[in-house]
Amino acid sequence: MSQSSVDLPPKGGFSFDLCKRNDMLTQKGLKAPSFLKTGTTIVGLIFQDGVILGADTRATEGPIVADKNCEKIHYMAPNIYCCGAGTAADTEAVTDMVSSQLRLHRYQTGRDSRVITALTLLKKHLFSYQGHVSAALVLGGVDISGPHLHTIYPHGSTDTLPFATMGSGSLAAMSVFEAKYKEGLTRDEGIKLVAEAICSGIFNDLGSGSNVDICVITKGHKEYLRNYMEPNPRTYVSSKGYTFTKKTEVLLTKITPLSERVKVVEVAGEAMEE
Amino acid sequence: MTFTIPIENGNGVKDAEADSQRTLYPYVTGTSVVAIKYKDGILMASDMGGSYGSTLRYKNIERVKAIGKHSLLGASGEISDFQEILRYLDELILNDNMWADGNSLGPKEVHNYLTRVMYNRRNKFNPLWNTLVLGGVKNGEKYLGMVSMIGVSFEDNHVATGFGNHLARPILRDEWHEDLSFEDGVKLLEKCMRVLLYRDRSAINKLQISKMTEEGLTVYEPYSLKTFWEFSAFTNPTVGAEGSW
Repeated sequence: MSQSSVDLPPKGGFSFDLCKRNDMLTQKGLKAPSFLKTGTTIVGLIFQDGVILGADTRATEGPIVADKNCEKIHYMAPNIYCCGAGTAADTEAVTDMVSSQLRLHRYQTGRDSRVITALTLLKKHLFSYQGHVSAALVLGGVDISGPHLHTIYPHGSTDTLPFATMGSGSLAAMSVFEAKYKEGLTRDEGIKLVAEAICSGIFNDLGSGSNVDICVITKGHKEYLRNYMEPNPRTYVSSKGYTFTKKTEVLLTKITPLSERVKVVEVAGEAMEE
Repeated sequence: MTFTIPIENGNGVKDAEADSQRTLYPYVTGTSVVAIKYKDGILMASDMGGSYGSTLRYKNIERVKAIGKHSLLGASGEISDFQEILRYLDELILNDNMWADGNSLGPKEVHNYLTRVMYNRRNKFNPLWNTLVLGGVKNGEKYLGMVSMIGVSFEDNHVATGFGNHLARPILRDEWHEDLSFEDGVKLLEKCMRVLLYRDRSAINKLQISKMTEEGLTVYEPYSLKTFWEFSAFTNPTVGAEGSW
């Protein structure tokens, strides 16, 4: 057989070539850098008209809060959103990747995306990385066949559920759901229950905190309520604002209005979607 | 005459057999206990299961017992260690009764005794593998406290052990308030036990509630909770995608 001149694409998955070297370094005392995790409470529930997703907004790096107000509800399609728990980079990357795959698919088929499409793309990806991509997701949306809610675990298994919680605060949130969920909730009841579950995670789990984000998806319509609730405001805020100490000598004040130096042009129709 | 030669090892001078007697892991375990203070005293609930690893071996274990005239002791963790603790407390109460001085050990005293016992065992690396809940009423004063196997002890208005820490405590923090009536207290406990039944794999649907008031102890008959499994996503999860899961 003649030699094939076609360059095969590189094999997928991780290359484990550096593992031996990393092991040797840790034995010698080098501490591996820790991941930015989202130590999270994320929830989803199905109500009578669609799906409601909820998430807290704290991102932790070990014992430190790295981001007090991060966004954990990611856009997948106009009718599908996904909450992510686990390593922040992994959830961002995997949801972005599947979101663009869904858009290309929409262009090709000319139809709205289905939730199970997103589900299958995500689970195939996560399974092929054998759990090393540490992303635990709550995927929810409303498509032509109705409202759907799924959980996806880092190893690639999925569940289809009427209500779901993931993350370190999942037990606190699940106790609220198990006690109070019923079928056929109205929009307001559903939002109230989701906010209660996230608050339960925020106040009872150390890995979750700050504010509550909510996303309501119904047939043909979605509402992203960023910072729907802020139950942890700054306790003491100085009313005087910040002033320099009296001893600071002001040597020179010069104010240059930027509009004289720069020309601002509005370009119509190119605003990025989300 | 035999005598043991003390052997010098990493743990200090000790008998050669002593090492094999230390508790390393639990064998037959009970799951969570949940207890609250209510208007007239203390309410404590636990299920009646004893698991042998992942087998549900015993289904009729009473994990809540009366101590003296004023206290209730509930335990999760190793059942044999719980029985040992009951023997220690028996001796304690017996000695107290023999004084016949008109005074009797109340919940605060028993809690303190248990804390000392647990902490000292932990210091010898031979713990009693239990988390204990101690509640009672003496002279109108309600008391509810907890001791863990490493000797951490505190008192609070509502306590939960094991899985109850994660599943029951959020509910109790939200919904407990002073002067709950008996019915409301039982409803609150049932709410917690139901969530535990759904989400704790070692829980069984046979729970026993005990009540301690100034008048005395009442242990109610075991009963089971109603559960609901008919959500539409449970009965038909693959709506719109036959053959998937």
